[in-house]
Amino acid sequence: MENIRYYQSLTRKMVIVMILVSFTPLILIAGIIGYSFETSYRDKVMAHLKELVHKHQQNVDGFLHEKLCNIGLIANAYDFGALSNEVFLQKTLSNLQMMYGDVFVDLGVINPKGVQAAYAGPYKLTDVDYSATDWFPQAAKSNYFISDVFLGMRHQPHFIVAVKREDNGVEWLLRATIDFEAFNNLVENIHIGETGSAFILNRKGEFQTNPRIKPLPDRDFFIRAFKLKEPRSMPITVGQDYTSTDNIAPAPKEPPEQETVFTEEAEYAGKDVIFVMSPLKGGEWMLVYQQEASDAFSDLWRTRKLALIIFFIGGVAIVIKAFLLSKRMVQRIEQADREKEMMNEQVIETGKLASVGELAAGIAHEINNPVAIMVEEAGWMEDLLEEEDLKESENIEEFRRALQQINTQGARCKEITHKLLSFARKTDPKEREIHINELVEDIVSISEQKARYGNVKINMHLGVELPIIYASPSEMQQVFLNLINNAIDAIGTQGGVIDITTRKEGDFVIVDIADNGQGIPKSILPRIFDPFFTTKPVGKGTGLGLSICYGIIKKAGGEITLNSAVGLGTTFHVHLPAPEARVKDDAEAREQ
Amino acid sequence: MTDAEKEPSGPIRLLLVDDEEGYVDVLAKRMSKRNIAVTSANSGTQAIQTLRGASFDAAVLDLKMEDMDGIEVLKIFKIMDPGMPVIMLTGHGSETAAREGLEYGAVDYLTKPCSLTELVEKIKRVRRKERPAAR
Repeated sequence: MENIRYYQSLTRKMVIVMILVSFTPLILIAGIIGYSFETSYRDKVMAHLKELVHKHQQNVDGFLHEKLCNIGLIANAYDFGALSNEVFLQKTLSNLQMMYGDVFVDLGVINPKGVQAAYAGPYKLTDVDYSATDWFPQAAKSNYFISDVFLGMRHQPHFIVAVKREDNGVEWLLRATIDFEAFNNLVENIHIGETGSAFILNRKGEFQTNPRIKPLPDRDFFIRAFKLKEPRSMPITVGQDYTSTDNIAPAPKEPPEQETVFTEEAEYAGKDVIFVMSPLKGGEWMLVYQQEASDAFSDLWRTRKLALIIFFIGGVAIVIKAFLLSKRMVQRIEQADREKEMMNEQVIETGKLASVGELAAGIAHEINNPVAIMVEEAGWMEDLLEEEDLKESENIEEFRRALQQINTQGARCKEITHKLLSFARKTDPKEREIHINELVEDIVSISEQKARYGNVKINMHLGVELPIIYASPSEMQQVFLNLINNAIDAIGTQGGVIDITTRKEGDFVIVDIADNGQGIPKSILPRIFDPFFTTKPVGKGTGLGLSICYGIIKKAGGEITLNSAVGLGTTFHVHLPAPEARVKDDAEAREQ
Repeated sequence: MTDAEKEPSGPIRLLLVDDEEGYVDVLAKRMSKRNIAVTSANSGTQAIQTLRGASFDAAVLDLKMEDMDGIEVLKIFKIMDPGMPVIMLTGHGSETAAREGLEYGAVDYLTKPCSLTELVEKIKRVRRKERPAAR
């Protein structure tokens, strides 16, 4: 339970660390790059819009200035008398229309009283009194005048440009009506995207053009904007003293060159709207460009959306991966811990075995002496029984039998203690000469008890004249003991046969250990020599046996292989090197 | 001086060294019946003292004694009387130690408990054929 909680918290910690480590740089990079990109993109778009508005502001101002100049030229060229002649006026209008198109709708000459003395144009406006209109007093005050758009007597939106002149102390006005459509087109053609549109307003917030799209804010917004942004350019119609020159009014002031564009951003009906504004006509009008931010920055919005989707998918992938990876790693750790624990147990068990072995060896050694004495004493008694005076005793045969029995049992004790001692002997890696048949016989005799218990018969087929091998006897014992024990385990309790064959093949001595047990499934064959790999139930096998065997045989320069068929049994082949040279050496040594 | 090829007359003089008194006693008794005169020593020290005063045809030496290691005693024997054959006797299961004795000049080894016949045969085979001059 404690362990489960430990591994769970380990998994949690790993997940958190992985997510933090992955997300922190991701968020930072995305944030920094996103911010810089957005800022620069925004600046770029705004600069573009400002440029556009500035150009159009210049266009509109240029247009108005040009119209004023056209009228001004006529007013300067002819006097009141000439222009009062309607035929002449009509001819002048025709000239204007021919040169500049239908921008000029009509022309009119207005006397100081505000009455139109002469008129040329499509309407009948001769002798109309303008003195009561809004524009006349303003027009009478300055040399040049451009009115707001108004309906006037013709009930059509239009505006007029007027020039004031003085002949012999009498002031008169030359007035022209500008075609509203022509003017409107100047700004109407500014439209970008879905929601971008431009329009012109006067100081009262009245439209001077027909907006393509209805502006979102109310009039007050623009009036406020007007106040905030006091016109920096000089009004075209103000500041000229016409009396100082030779009766000829100076040209109207050029539109300002410097950029006067400013921007505003506001929210209307849940939408972010950009306004780019610039004063016109000396601050009396204002050119306004309006566009929804989402439209103006649509590319930015799209990029941002894409980035967010990628970020989201990436984030989900990171989280999933972090979970899976942590889980797998913790599982590995868990497995490693389990293996470690098992190994610890194994080490403890080995330690226990070692101490038991030492104890057994000690006891065996101590027992050898008394047994030797007992056997010798029995022998002594046998010696004495040979004496003549005892030969006649009637129980002499019984004595002999008893003494023989003591001898036999003494020999049995000796066998037991020797076996115990040889098994408990510490592993000695030193190479010695080994007669493989003797080794196999030794091991089989050790395993016999277990084999009998498992109802297993061990058959030995020992080859003759096998060369001597050089290896550590205790290690070889370990290998064959392991293989034979495995074979017995593979057979199980239903009984079976183990065939052990020793033979020579080239420079190798081969020991085959074949059982008719359950066999090894093909799927686990590749892992059979892996450390800790076991098919035995937990606690029964350590999975170390075969890997140790493998290590020992490899170290000795040999080979260990196996054939197995499920249901038929398994055969292990142990190849041990037996170089001829050493065999010869050995033979020579023995001859000497 | 007798002929080296001929079996020397008289019993074989054997030095038997083992700290198991009961074992030494019974072996001595049994061997005396087989024409072997046993002089026994119950420790390494005693054995060395005994060898100082007498000459033997062979010696049987236990590997493990309380006062001295059998191998140490063997080394001293080989210095005192290099011609005396020594058979190692061990109660230890490991033959390694007994074989070590062979490296230091012992002629053979036996593990306890051993059959008397085998021991006597070995003694007769290895015994010194020529008698050194008496000290």
